[in-house]
Amino acid sequence: MIETSQVRTLILDVSGWPGHRAGQHVDVRLTAEDGYQAERSYSLASAPGDPPAITVERLENGEVSPYLVDEAVHGDRFELRGPIGGYFVWDSDGSTDPLLLIAGGSGVVPFMSMTRLRRDSGSKVPTRLLYSSRTLGDVIYRDELDDLAARHDGLEVVHTFTRESPPGWTGYSRRVDIDLLREVAFPPQEDPRVYVCGPTSFVEAVADNLVALGHRPGRIRTERFGGA
Amino acid sequence: MVHLDGNSIGGVLQSVFGRDLTVAVGVCGGCRAERPVGAMHVYRGAGIVVRCPDCDMVLMRVVESPQRMWIDLQGVATMQIDAD
Repeated sequence: MIETSQVRTLILDVSGWPGHRAGQHVDVRLTAEDGYQAERSYSLASAPGDPPAITVERLENGEVSPYLVDEAVHGDRFELRGPIGGYFVWDSDGSTDPLLLIAGGSGVVPFMSMTRLRRDSGSKVPTRLLYSSRTLGDVIYRDELDDLAARHDGLEVVHTFTRESPPGWTGYSRRVDIDLLREVAFPPQEDPRVYVCGPTSFVEAVADNLVALGHRPGRIRTERFGGA
Repeated sequence: MVHLDGNSIGGVLQSVFGRDLTVAVGVCGGCRAERPVGAMHVYRGAGIVVRCPDCDMVLMRVVESPQRMWIDLQGVATMQIDAD
C-alpha cells in the first residue's frame, strides 16, 4: 500500500504470528544471491489484533528500504524476527494518564499502531499526536489521522511542516522547538506518558526540551532512528 | 557518532537471552544510574556498544558472527526483570 511518494506499507503474512503490542517492531533480514545480508528494524504500524504491517520510508542510500519500497511484490518472502520490545509500547490498559506522542517524519509509524489500538479499544484517554513533516505530501496516513481526529474522542493531531506548508495553512510551520512544545504538550503537572520517535537529532532535541519544560525524564520514552 | 536506544537491539538481545531484555532495569557499574535497557544508548559499528546515558560508561558489548555471538556485560552492576 503506497502511503506517500517515498513511503509504503507492507502487510505481512507470518504463519504463527503471536500478535503484537502497539509500539513494537520487527527486524527484517534480506539475503542477496551472493549471500550478503542486511538487517533493519521497522516499527509495526498495524493495531494489535490485526495482521502485522510495517511502514517503510525509502532512504536515499538505504540498503533495505529501496527494495522494500520499490521492488517487493506480493508473494515475496524475507526473514523476520519479532515482535520485539516491551519498553517503547503503549497498552490501552485503562490508565487515564494523558498520552503525548511526538513524531518526526516516519517516526509516526509506531504511533499509528497506538492510535489504532486506542480506536479499537474505545479508549478516551486524552491523547495528542504532534507530527513533524517536511511537507504535506510527506504526511503518512494523512486521511486516517484526519478521520481519527474528527471523531472528537479525546485525540488531537497537531501537524507542523518544516520545509513547506500547504497553501492557506494557519498551523505551525517550523521545527519542533521549546515554544511549540510548551503550547502543544500537556503541562507537566498532568504527568503525561510521553513517547518520542524519529531521527536521532529530532528525538534528542525534543526530549531535552521536554525536560527543560519540567517533564520527568522517566516519563519520556524515546525511539531513535539512525541518521541525522 | 549517532546513537540509538536500547530497544533497537531488542531483537539481538532476545536471540541471546530468549526473552525481551529491553524492560530489564540495569544499574550502571560506573555511576550507579538505574534505567531500563530500552533507554540505554546504543552505538552500532562493527559490533554493538551500549553506553550509560549519564556517564557514558560502556555497559555492554555484543559482537555477532554467523556462528557465534560474544556478549560482554562487565559494565552492568546488576539487572532486574520480572520473573517469567
